[in-house]
Amino acid sequence: MTDKFKLTTRRRTFLTATAAIGGLQFTGPFIIKARGETPVKIGFIDPITGSLSALAVSEVEGAKWTVDQINKKGGILGRQVQLLVEDSANDTGTGVQKAHKLIERDKVDVIMGDVNSGIAYAIMGVTSAAKVLHIVPGGHTDPITGKDCKWNTFRTCNTTAMDAAAVTGELVKRFGKKWFFITPDYAYGQTLQANFVKNLEKLGGTWQGDMLPISNSDFSATLIKAKAYKPNVLLNNMGGAAQINCMKQFVQFGMSKQMALGGSLFEVESVRSVPKEAQAGWWVMEWYWDQPNVPEVKKFVDAISPAIGNKKPTARHWMSWVSINAIRLAAEKAKTLDAVKMANALEDLELPPEVSLSPNKIRYRKGDHQLMSDLFVGEMHPPGAGGGDDVFKTAEVVTGEKAAGSAEDTGCKMTYPS
Amino acid sequence: MSIAPSTPTPVQSLVARPWLQLAVIWALLLTVPLWLPLLGGYTAIAARVVVFALAAMSLNLLLGFTGVLSFGHGAYFGLGAYGAGLFLKYVTASTPLAIVAGTLLAGVSGTLFGRLLVRRRGVYFAMVTIAFGQVCYYIAYKWDDFTGGYDGLRGFIRAPLDFGLFKIDIAASGVVFYFFVLFVFGLAVGLQALILRSPFGRTMLAIRENERRARFLGLPVERHIWLAFSISCFFTGLAGSLYALLNNFADPSALNYVMSGNIIMITVMGGMRTFWGPLLGAVLFVMLQDYVSSMTTNWMFFVGVTFVLVVLLFPRGLMGVLQKRLGA
Amino acid sequence: MLELVMFNLTNGLIVGAFYVLMALGLSLIINLSNVVNFAHGNFLAIGGYFAFTLTPYIGFWGALLVSPFLTAIFGYAIEKLLIRHVYARNHIYSLLLTFGLGFILQDACRYLWGPSPLPLGIPDALSQAVTPELFFVTWYRVFMVVVVIVAVGGLFAFLRYTRVGMRIRAGTLDLDTVSALGVNVAALRSYNFAVGSFLAGLAGVLAAGQIGLNPNMGDDLIMPSFIAIIVGGVGSLTGTLLGGLLIGIAAALTTVVYPAGAEAVIYVIMAIVLLIRPRGLLGEEGMLT
Repeated sequence: MTDKFKLTTRRRTFLTATAAIGGLQFTGPFIIKARGETPVKIGFIDPITGSLSALAVSEVEGAKWTVDQINKKGGILGRQVQLLVEDSANDTGTGVQKAHKLIERDKVDVIMGDVNSGIAYAIMGVTSAAKVLHIVPGGHTDPITGKDCKWNTFRTCNTTAMDAAAVTGELVKRFGKKWFFITPDYAYGQTLQANFVKNLEKLGGTWQGDMLPISNSDFSATLIKAKAYKPNVLLNNMGGAAQINCMKQFVQFGMSKQMALGGSLFEVESVRSVPKEAQAGWWVMEWYWDQPNVPEVKKFVDAISPAIGNKKPTARHWMSWVSINAIRLAAEKAKTLDAVKMANALEDLELPPEVSLSPNKIRYRKGDHQLMSDLFVGEMHPPGAGGGDDVFKTAEVVTGEKAAGSAEDTGCKMTYPS
Repeated sequence: MSIAPSTPTPVQSLVARPWLQLAVIWALLLTVPLWLPLLGGYTAIAARVVVFALAAMSLNLLLGFTGVLSFGHGAYFGLGAYGAGLFLKYVTASTPLAIVAGTLLAGVSGTLFGRLLVRRRGVYFAMVTIAFGQVCYYIAYKWDDFTGGYDGLRGFIRAPLDFGLFKIDIAASGVVFYFFVLFVFGLAVGLQALILRSPFGRTMLAIRENERRARFLGLPVERHIWLAFSISCFFTGLAGSLYALLNNFADPSALNYVMSGNIIMITVMGGMRTFWGPLLGAVLFVMLQDYVSSMTTNWMFFVGVTFVLVVLLFPRGLMGVLQKRLGA
Repeated sequence: MLELVMFNLTNGLIVGAFYVLMALGLSLIINLSNVVNFAHGNFLAIGGYFAFTLTPYIGFWGALLVSPFLTAIFGYAIEKLLIRHVYARNHIYSLLLTFGLGFILQDACRYLWGPSPLPLGIPDALSQAVTPELFFVTWYRVFMVVVVIVAVGGLFAFLRYTRVGMRIRAGTLDLDTVSALGVNVAALRSYNFAVGSFLAGLAGVLAAGQIGLNPNMGDDLIMPSFIAIIVGGVGSLTGTLLGGLLIGIAAALTTVVYPAGAEAVIYVIMAIVLLIRPRGLLGEEGMLT
């Protein structure tokens, strides 16, 4: 029963090292205070580890580069910007904890995050209680700018309502009105499908579908059903690895000859890891790097590309770019970093072309704080002349206003603190 | 080994006298809002430490003091969280009742489930507890109309405590909430200490030391294990409800086996055969995770390495190290 | 309707076969060493990633042959370096060790191969469907079932007819006597772990061909493996075999009537088994107490 515990040199060293690391933890803030001028701090919480990491990594890359560019031009309100990145690890408790950490300990001026909409939502609880400005660059769940909207929260990426509305018309026009849905069974998937159905039925369409587990890997049963239904279009609403597997199996089963493939988002990070045959279908891009008619885009793409491994920027990089520049512009308009004043300044603030990088004018709408960005509807194809990321051909650009419907429809009722 | 008694060093006296231990620990806990920010900490993390400490100490009743290997305690932690959250969301905004609801949900589930399990031991027992935890995880995830599914249960916040004459606003102030959590922790821990000191508690130890002998002595071993399991689940559920109040959120990841593994690691890291060990473990674990994940995206690697090192080199945990080193 | 059922039944057998492969490796390790290898899913991932790295040099077939052996060697090393130390102690330590090991391996995969999903190229011939009617049965899936049958057959033959195999079987029942008879138990455990890892690595290559690679691919597969073992009975390999097939088929058949419940049904089966026959279908009373 007795264990012999020898404080061997190994163990001693380990203990000392741990103590030292523990001690380091506490010296952090002192070092910063000694610098004199306090920088503008932006706290960025994203799931850098976990199943959404590919998207989070792009967002963080974009954010870091954007902050560098802003600092080179003098920062925000004449102060340098400091980006503090924290990993939410795709876990809500961790995300909330990091939000507390960034607000209470690091005293950030703005919070950004999270890709995981559930975590974004939880963080909103913390930021609105603490009265800190919160921008959600890439979390898609509708209630963030819908029935659960808050005065301090702004969202950059699209709602499922916008995505569905943008692409439905095109799909019906090209292929037909009989659709089959493959949807992940959680809030995002359910609202996405509901929005698709709403738009489809308005055009007199009919549909069937299956709700599957989020990380489902085997789609044979559902694809068997889909084949029997003989739809015009198969809607692949799955995300991440599940979306990729669904595409692969769809092609393997030879179904691409019998029906068209479509959906809302199929992000470049996922497209890169799909075999050539599965780089197909009609989708919505929230932003795309190849816009020959907008000169600012090429400048942006050429400038950021070397910093991200000579790849082309994706929509996620763009989301960070827009969000952080929006913070800068709002601060400059309000001449302060006070959250309430910045929020007021940001509403309906039209973003200049070098920030928006889109054909049309975009802004965060006052009624729900949703960015009315352009949506790019088009077709995916295997890499073309432009290299590995030349995988999408835009057929139509839909403005955010048109796709989104009115702010009242979202169910958002904004209340400001007195 | 010298025969002549040497005068004990102050730290040795500390470890030797439980009353002094108790006083020091509580002095530190009560003054956290004063010293933690000075060291670069923040109050929310202190609340998190206390919640996990309670969960680990509850598990320790089973693991350290009865010697039973439950690897699915995350389930009761999560059930406590959901119980409290669902109550606040659908029934009424009363914090004390929500806590009771969460504790009951976890405790009753654990009691029912424990009935099925008591004949099993060892690895099989562990596997079945894991499986039960996953069932709960799955239900929370799937029943999304009710529980919010994958995105978690939201739309509730901790309600201020209204005692008629005065109000304690735990919703607005992080510091007030911390003291509330500490208060509940104190009650729970006090109750646990009473249980351990009672004849029942002695029986638990007997079962841990030598189950066969306990059986020969005529002790109804299965029933005692069931009771210990049940008690442990109630307390873990209590910790879970506090967790829901801390986050204003309840989500499925609180239920799955990774959470279970973390709670066990906290217990072992701190010292699973001691009463206060898990508190130390919680401090270490939460701080480690918080610190490392800010430094590097490879924090999972470091946490894993810590687990492995603790198992291989420090199986008695930090308390074990302190006790052996200081000869207590 | 009958057609749909037949389709899904066939599908269930294919999925079940895969579960069997995963679960058998895990079961072997549990039976002999009483260690629940939480990192088993990560061994699977590593097998897949090894294949990914090797495929450009020796092709898919080469990778399929070599990768499991590499995984087995890796498992052998891990057992000798780390796991060996905790056999004599309370079971909790082995659980925690493999749990922590899982974290390390997952992060290592992420670090070495990146967080994004990666494809594993399979020969074009295998991507075709067998017949137009059975369009969902691609040659690859048939191939997977064949590989599983060969592997399981090989495993049972190994256990039955080789000396090491016999010792493993004996050790599962009574390790003390085996040791008293002069067998090197430590070496036996290492070999056993290596065999278990081999199976995991093989499952990894097969899985990678089907669903691609990502660092957390093992996480979703470890639960069905546990359930297969519990349903089949801890301590019995044949039980695990049955358990895996049973849950695969049950999940597939449930998909016909209620697709959202396909995942739930395996837990329901486990719950029923635990209530009615706690030792599992083919488990023996008193195993692993």
